[in-house]
Amino acid sequence: MNLIKYRYLYFGISLLVIIPGVIALIIWGLPLGIDFTGGSLLEVKFASGQPPAIAAVTALYNEMSTAQMDIANPVVQPIGTDSLSIRSKEMNDTLKAQVVAALKDRFGGGQDVVITNFTQVSAVIGKEIAIRAAGAVALASLAILVYITIAFRKVPNSFRYGTAAIIATIHDILVTLGAEAILGHFLGWQADALFLTALLTIIGFSVHDDIVVFDRIRENSNIYRRVGYETVVNHSIVQTLDRSINTQLTVMFTLLALALFGGVSIRHFVVILLVGVFSGTYSSIFNASPILVVWENREWRNWFRRKPGTQIS
Amino acid sequence: MNRRQYNWLFLIIPLIALAIWVDLSKQITITNPFKPQTSLIDRNVQTQLGLDLRGGLQVLMEADLPSDSTVSSSDLNVTRQILENRANALGVSEVVMQVAPPRRIVAEFPGLQDPAQVIASLQETGLLEFVDMGTTPVLVGTVIQTDYGTSSTTTGTPAAALTDTPTEAPTDTPAISPTTDPNATPAAAPTPEVAPTIYHTVMTGAALSSVNVQSATLGGFNIAFTLKSDYSTLFADYTGSHLNQYLAIVLDKKAISVPSINAKITGGAGIIQGNFTQDTANALAIQLRYGSLPIPIKVVESQSVGATLGADSVRRSVIAGIIGLLVVIIFMGLYYRLPGFIADLALLTFALITLMLYKLIPVVLTLSGIAGFILAIGMAVDANILIFERLKEELRAGRTLHQAIDLAWKRAWPSIRDANSSTLITCIILYWFGSAFGASVVKGFSLTLALGVLISLFTAIIVTRTFLHAVLDNIKFTEHPRWFGIQESHYESD
Repeated sequence: MNLIKYRYLYFGISLLVIIPGVIALIIWGLPLGIDFTGGSLLEVKFASGQPPAIAAVTALYNEMSTAQMDIANPVVQPIGTDSLSIRSKEMNDTLKAQVVAALKDRFGGGQDVVITNFTQVSAVIGKEIAIRAAGAVALASLAILVYITIAFRKVPNSFRYGTAAIIATIHDILVTLGAEAILGHFLGWQADALFLTALLTIIGFSVHDDIVVFDRIRENSNIYRRVGYETVVNHSIVQTLDRSINTQLTVMFTLLALALFGGVSIRHFVVILLVGVFSGTYSSIFNASPILVVWENREWRNWFRRKPGTQIS
Repeated sequence: MNRRQYNWLFLIIPLIALAIWVDLSKQITITNPFKPQTSLIDRNVQTQLGLDLRGGLQVLMEADLPSDSTVSSSDLNVTRQILENRANALGVSEVVMQVAPPRRIVAEFPGLQDPAQVIASLQETGLLEFVDMGTTPVLVGTVIQTDYGTSSTTTGTPAAALTDTPTEAPTDTPAISPTTDPNATPAAAPTPEVAPTIYHTVMTGAALSSVNVQSATLGGFNIAFTLKSDYSTLFADYTGSHLNQYLAIVLDKKAISVPSINAKITGGAGIIQGNFTQDTANALAIQLRYGSLPIPIKVVESQSVGATLGADSVRRSVIAGIIGLLVVIIFMGLYYRLPGFIADLALLTFALITLMLYKLIPVVLTLSGIAGFILAIGMAVDANILIFERLKEELRAGRTLHQAIDLAWKRAWPSIRDANSSTLITCIILYWFGSAFGASVVKGFSLTLALGVLISLFTAIIVTRTFLHAVLDNIKFTEHPRWFGIQESHYESD
């Protein structure tokens, strides 16, 4: 099985997925949830003693949300037995009055709905923290680069392995961010604190996967010294293919079960994880290792010639 | 049969038994056999669920200043960060805090019912002490014991108020105390802490009347302070007799700066010198002024709140998670046959031990923590899969079962090691980031993931292998290749 032969096809597929995502990111941006933006905290008490279900309140907010004043996807918590705490994007007094009136109209049961507290609240994860989180991820990438370079010091050009792993990880981050931007635009999903966690999970998974394949290359480079690098890489990918697919399957099983049977409130999180984990496995097989071959052959010298992609063996 | 494999069983089986015991208990009490009335261990080991899964206590706090005074938003933000760090003593309590301008902070504490306890732990303004170090200074950040506060405490909070959260000592504020002070803290000074030294407290923060940051003549910044008149004589005498010795500034029993005494300080006014930037000088000045909170805070109200994810959604997700795990277990058994079944047992061991640690530490479980856990399960399964794929290869190459098991582990180890090490590196950096900037989501995730990786290494490498050896001791692989998912024809053709 010669997988490495079609490497430019794999890169092409990756670009086909990434480019629309990046365009979506540029045009629509990443819709940020209240964890990142802050907003209004409204607490209401139902005199009837029977507050509505959380999903019903969420639906009401989504309905009343307008382009000018976006209050979709609120975080609703029951307080005691008769009250609700509702966090949403910032709303003005007019909209607040409308929302409370609607709450009373639909769920009040003929009795009053009283505002017990209304205040503006800051972001749980402020802009500063989000930017620093990106810095922490960059720092972690650098540390991993150093670690891989040291762990692979016995193979030539060990620096390339770390770099390839980081490129594959960036691939996965872009795929995930793009998916979030597209899904956010069409389904109204917003990036919240859980999205940040999902992103971190995906990064961890991606690097983990890359290293498993690289390890085989490391081992095989010592065994098959005579054959070309391309053959060694291809052989390593094929040898680890069973494992890659099986590990991928086990994680997918768990996540699919959560997406299909789990609660609605975590579906967004699980779907993003599914996208990212799939991308992570794809990039470890079809990006990270092929990049090593491209680098070894210095193929970029041929990219802009008349007949690109000729094999060097 | 390797003798060492049996030895591991003596560790694994009691460990599993212990894990099952802790996992099933709500309260662990071990009576002291010598004093029947007292107990050695008495701990609540209920699983703690986070705000998103179970809800908790919402506390509304307000700046305790006259209503006409303005509260700067940066002070409010610093306060929020300090309070969040205090509440997350171990980084796992998953508190959510939001600033509600102009002068309020909304905080939510998972799983707590007793408002008094939370409020007490948050409100204690840090205890600031000036401590006599003698000639050997401790490093900044060292937790020390002092002779102050043993008889009387200035704060109204007895230390016992926080017994539920272990290690209350490091409830400090790494974010606003980056006081690196190379001039004042000789790096060469070792701290041989064989027996815990009890240091003498010269005076407390109550002695300070004003603290200011000023720029130094030689560049950089200094902190100028003046003392209340009652203390200036005491301080003059002390500094006069302890020239060139060290005086530690200690917040909540943790050294935040260790300057040396360069001159006798008379008149109650002195300067702390060091390699301060404007920011580090300001940070230290704030700590000197207010203990550790830039503004005093009072609690306006507290009320219990329900799960943000919705109780129904949480229940469905738990069931879904169990279904997912069952599918994984069945898949492993079908695909890898006997070894897969044994890996399932190892996976179960993994889950039992992890849950035990979550309960003992305790880790507050939120959805992001569970994500870390699921990823760790994935990695635990992956380690097993890596080994079994190798096992198959070795068996096809015609090795004996015993040789094949050992070789499979040996060959799979470098990839397991490197993959998990890189994950651990990421965890450490994220954990540090989460605690430095008060992002408890990130902190909880990295802690559960790191725990999971470490435990999965143990179960995959030691537990699975020991079980395999113990079960397969008397089986001849050549008679039952199908038990290992290898077709006979395939085996013979190799």
